[in-house]
Amino acid sequence: MKKNQWYNNQIFPWLLPIVIVILWQVLGQLNLIKSTMLPTPFEVVEAGIRLFQTGELQENVYISTKRAVIGFAIGGAIGFLLGLFNGTILFFEKLTDTSIQMIRTIPHLALIPLVILWFGIGESAKIFLVAVGVMFPIYINTFSGIKNVDRKLIEMGKVYGMSKWQLFTNIILPGAMPNILVGIRYALGVTWISLIVAETIGAEGGIGYMATTAREFMQMDVVVLTIVLYAILGKLSDFIAKLCEQRLLKWNPAYRKN
Amino acid sequence: MFGIELQNVGKSFGNNEVLRDINLSIPKGSFTAIVGKSGCGKSTLLRVIAGLENVTSGSLAYTDGKAKRSDIRIMFQDDRLLPWESILKNVAIGGVGIKEAEAALEKVGLDGKKDAWPDELSGGQKQRVALARALASKPDVLLFDEPLGALDALTRMEMQHLIEGLWQEQKFTSVLVTHDVSEAVHLADRVIVLDEGGIQMDKQIDLPRQRERDEKFTSYEKNILDKIVGG
Ligand SMILES: Nc1ncnc2c1ncn2[C@@H]1O[C@H](COP(=O)(O)OP(=O)(O)O)[C@@H](O)[C@H]1O
Ligand SMILES: [Mg+2]
Repeated sequence: MKKNQWYNNQIFPWLLPIVIVILWQVLGQLNLIKSTMLPTPFEVVEAGIRLFQTGELQENVYISTKRAVIGFAIGGAIGFLLGLFNGTILFFEKLTDTSIQMIRTIPHLALIPLVILWFGIGESAKIFLVAVGVMFPIYINTFSGIKNVDRKLIEMGKVYGMSKWQLFTNIILPGAMPNILVGIRYALGVTWISLIVAETIGAEGGIGYMATTAREFMQMDVVVLTIVLYAILGKLSDFIAKLCEQRLLKWNPAYRKN
Repeated sequence: MFGIELQNVGKSFGNNEVLRDINLSIPKGSFTAIVGKSGCGKSTLLRVIAGLENVTSGSLAYTDGKAKRSDIRIMFQDDRLLPWESILKNVAIGGVGIKEAEAALEKVGLDGKKDAWPDELSGGQKQRVALARALASKPDVLLFDEPLGALDALTRMEMQHLIEGLWQEQKFTSVLVTHDVSEAVHLADRVIVLDEGGIQMDKQIDLPRQRERDEKFTSYEKNILDKIVGG
């Protein structure tokens, strides 16, 4: 491993994105890229400041984040509990796993027409879509995590007098945790994608609503701003998930610092 | 302390008859070794004694009335430490308190490692932690399933000393499964040779402890080895 190379540091990976943004700005200012096609980074930032001053930015980000959190919580809880029951109780696995695996193959965004007919285009439709999208990755990873916990450790726990509850909290759950966290990170990605799609179908408030109205008024700077906002929120949630990973898996040398 | 009494014990997995008609009485406080070829049913016998497997026929009893399964501990070939718990927490499981866990770690000479993670320890150290975990609850019966099989020769000798010393001090009833005849003669009062699911030999070892590899030692060793190989 070449660890001490000049390019192996915190700053170098940021070089390329910075160059691209500068290039984009320069090309825009020279009118080589028309601002009706793609506004310059400065114009996007200006749009952000403008909307921040009117308060629209914060409000819409808040609305979207709230939808994401509620949808993720509902879908995550259902997926986790299903995974838990199916992973530990054979009866539930035999009863439901095949059905879940079948439903799972439907792309959840294909449900949109149905969801609109069921819920209209209000809040519940968006939260429902996010929850459905989140449920499956969490379910699958929780289930397989529990299934793959080392049987020998469970046997040891039994021999050493652990109660059922202790077996669960001390062996099964921590053993399944790496998989569960993989599911959570994947599900976070699904959350934002579901929301982006859901919010463009007649939303009241939210980043998608911002994007739709901006498109109608040909405000290219705001359209690009909304894309950037989604990217930032996605990155931020991934960052939080990574922090959780580092905390919960600190026993694992791969996640231990230094 | 309590002993173990097996009467006409048989154990089958489907059509595979692994143990047949085992009669064995293990007095409390004794040290018994079980040797035999790989696959002859040693682990199965140990798991039957621990109550992890039900017998197909015959009966198993713990002598001395009030004995419970919870007074039995097993030390496995692999350490089976929980990777997500510190060394101390690994020993303090199943109702064992922190104080008792610390004392047990001190006995195996690892009190300095109590805050480490298991993967920061060597194989020998991990097995010492497993031994501390087995001892921490002051068990009446300690079953060893080839616990030293994966260790290098030197570490193995150290562990043998440690186990012998702790047994002499605490007098738990010990049953050691091993494929190493020398280890069996070194540690046990009595060596049992298992073959084709039955007891082929039941040999008392009358040697003073700490045992040296003298002429008597090697003659016991040869005697037992011949029985295993020759049948
Ligand atoms: N849970 C089980 N299910 C089916 N067969 C088993 C099981 N455990 C052990 N056996 C069989 O019992 C025999 C003896 O195994 P074991 O007691 O592990 O032998 P040893 O410890 O002497 O090497 C082997 O043939 C093994 O395949
Ligand atoms: Mg075995």
